[in-house]
Amino acid sequence: MSSDTHNDMHANETAPTYGVLAEFDDVNGVIAAARKVRDAGYRKWDCHTPFPIHGLDDAMGIRPTRLPWLTLGMGLAGVACALLLQWWTNAYDYKLNISGKPFFSLPANIPVTFELGVLFAAFTTFFAVLGLNRLPMLFHPLLTVSRFGRATNDKFFISIEAKDPKFNASATIALLQAAGAGHIETVMGPKPSATKFPGWLVIAASSVFAFGLIPLSLAAKARFSTSSKPRIHIVPDMDNQPKSRAQTANALFADGRASRLPVEGTIAMGDLQEDVAFYQGKQGDAWLKGFPAQLTISDALMDRGQQRFGVYCAPCHGVSGLSDGTVAQRAEKLAEGTWVAPTKVTEPHVIVQPEGQLFNTITHGIRNMPAYGAQIPPQDRWAIILYLRALQKSHETGVSDVPARALPQLN
Amino acid sequence: MNTVALNSHASALLEATERPHLVQGEQTFSAVTETVCGIAERPTAPPGFWWLFGFTACLTGLLFTLIGYLIVTGVGVWGNRSPVFWAWDIVNFVFWVGIGHAGTLISAILFLLRQKWRTSINRFAEAMTIFAVICAALFPGVHVGRIWLAYWLFPLPNQMSMWPNFRSPLLWDVFAVGTYASVSLLFWYMGMIPDLATFRDRAKTHTKKFVYGIFALGWRGSNRQWHRYERAYLLLAAISTPLVLSVHSVVSFDFAVSQVPGWHTTIFPPYFVAGAIFGGFAMVILLVVPARAYFGFKHLVTTRHLENMNKVILATGCMVGYAYAVEFFVAWYGGNGYERFAFMNRALGPYAWAYWIMISCNVISPQLFWSRRARTSPIMMWIVGLFVTIGMWFERFVIVVTSLSRDYLPGSWGYFEPTLVDFGMFAGSCGLFLTLFLLFCRFLPMIAMAEVKAIMPQAHAHGDH
Repeated sequence: MSSDTHNDMHANETAPTYGVLAEFDDVNGVIAAARKVRDAGYRKWDCHTPFPIHGLDDAMGIRPTRLPWLTLGMGLAGVACALLLQWWTNAYDYKLNISGKPFFSLPANIPVTFELGVLFAAFTTFFAVLGLNRLPMLFHPLLTVSRFGRATNDKFFISIEAKDPKFNASATIALLQAAGAGHIETVMGPKPSATKFPGWLVIAASSVFAFGLIPLSLAAKARFSTSSKPRIHIVPDMDNQPKSRAQTANALFADGRASRLPVEGTIAMGDLQEDVAFYQGKQGDAWLKGFPAQLTISDALMDRGQQRFGVYCAPCHGVSGLSDGTVAQRAEKLAEGTWVAPTKVTEPHVIVQPEGQLFNTITHGIRNMPAYGAQIPPQDRWAIILYLRALQKSHETGVSDVPARALPQLN
Repeated sequence: MNTVALNSHASALLEATERPHLVQGEQTFSAVTETVCGIAERPTAPPGFWWLFGFTACLTGLLFTLIGYLIVTGVGVWGNRSPVFWAWDIVNFVFWVGIGHAGTLISAILFLLRQKWRTSINRFAEAMTIFAVICAALFPGVHVGRIWLAYWLFPLPNQMSMWPNFRSPLLWDVFAVGTYASVSLLFWYMGMIPDLATFRDRAKTHTKKFVYGIFALGWRGSNRQWHRYERAYLLLAAISTPLVLSVHSVVSFDFAVSQVPGWHTTIFPPYFVAGAIFGGFAMVILLVVPARAYFGFKHLVTTRHLENMNKVILATGCMVGYAYAVEFFVAWYGGNGYERFAFMNRALGPYAWAYWIMISCNVISPQLFWSRRARTSPIMMWIVGLFVTIGMWFERFVIVVTSLSRDYLPGSWGYFEPTLVDFGMFAGSCGLFLTLFLLFCRFLPMIAMAEVKAIMPQAHAHGDH
């Protein structure tokens, strides 16, 4: 509607002549005519064809385009940018150590370098061909000619602009007629008032631009100022994590524990201890008499028992088992009244105790004596008992009991 | 006497080897325009079009619903479990990217090789490239899990003051696929500008005039424009040719640069590229055979075009078969126990079914194309194309999943089981691909009119050469 009234207002305005348009029926016709127009010395003219015609460039005298040089130049610029980007990010600004490999090495950087070179070259080619061809140009006087629609279908045209210094309406038309044009018409340009930039568009564009600056300026302000508040978190996907925290119930499990208990009856590796003779000193319900079957009674075991006895037992029971260890002596001296004196290993009630009961006493302790099960491994407890038996024997024996092979050591 | 015999022999030879015209029948320029524009200008779509479109649009809806479900839940909705953390998502990614490559091959490499038969199918194949790359990019896009942090893939300044690792093939992939998608889109769109101008000039309604007018950018078919345009087209073709080879090579680096047995092989780049072209041409056959019958442009996409594509399928199929054999040879010859196990496991292990589907579809089925009758029969080539497409999906499945499911430690072996979401998303990506394709068929020039006109006999000046 508005454009109609617009046209009415300037109805008596005269449109300038754009130029002349001549139509040709076939390829040969347009090539021959193009040669004539070229030879007549025109500059601002063009051929319009539905497809590129081989030989028409020569006929028109078009010089080769500089497009390939732009493509090459920007392709090389892309290569340089890619190398700079990779060097600066991975080898300079934030050195990224990947398995000790070099920070900047061409083989690893070639793929991205190649791709960016291609990307720059392709974008340049595309936008340069549009720019050099002055596209997009959504309005053109030729597009108002109804006949011209067939330039993209099956007809061939030559247009000569009125701006050309050699242009002369009648002479130019005569030239095209002589060149064999099938139909010639004069094309009018847009009326001067139609080419004015619409005022409302200026206002709309500048308000959109002004509104567009708001988020940008907010971002800039945030970047160059400090704040006591945490950073804006758009997707708070990791703020609420059902992980285990000390002293809090865990939401993942009904019992509120963070980790699962082992299945009932689970025993840690090596904790089964189903051999009651070895681990508890028992035989059925009674104490084991003698030593467990898997124990080899040897000098080595005896020596081990003596050494362990010296470490764990002698401080109270004394080196010879007569309850005269340094701890016992000091406790006697202090005479505090709470002290229960250690038992002598030579006491008759100790001598008659089965080995299993002695093992149990060492493991769990008795009266004042603490439990040694946690400190002395079972094998060593049995070794101590073996040594204990030797100590007991040594107190009521004579030279006759000494084996012949050990006699020389006594002398 | 002798000369006459020679001459008659030569002419017989000429007759025997003479090729049929690329455009069949007595065609005029306007007849080509009518055929191609006629499809998009029909006031109503051909029968059954909207039913088909409705079906594929439902699948697309399924895809985006599942993507939404995945984003709010996590990638655990897929069957990816230890030790198979790359599964259908990566299989689908490589599958779709590979399909795209045939489009670039037809539009760029065949253009540089001056294979004029490409002009009837290049627009079609380029569109296929764009849509396949869109489907491909979706999968790694959602595979990253927290997709709102996907910008970490790019070297953008961030609050951690860190940069991506440029020595990782996964980052090379971002650049390769990103560049490929951008360049393919530019190439496709630039090639379409003159044809969009034809649509604009023939448009009957204001809406069509306006929309086609915007996208035609005011193209006037000026020869000064054509001159630069042709040079730009040649440059883009020359740029795209190494690009397409590099893209699938880089995709194969995702595997080849790792230490996983069955992945760490130097044959991967050429083998992946051959496989991509193989699978892509099969997809072109799958689409173009029904389309040319449905939309009626059999005289533009002729049996000769189809036969040429089938020859490419046969050649690349043999290359792929050769690569399968060489992989086995190297696994044995290399003397690495893990590598040897990986390949024995592929052929005889729990995924043997997938391996033998792959071999039958990719190596055996294209051998039918040695027969000229199979090469020129639309039904036969469509069936083989379907087999090859299935086979190429399984090839990627075999590579990705069998290697991951059994690598070094038998204690951490596993067996991948896809979930319904896996199936739904793959079906959905096929739906998206076909939806975009149907829209393309309905509204855009399916055949590069300007290029087809340029190879017609009357497009050349007499006695000019």
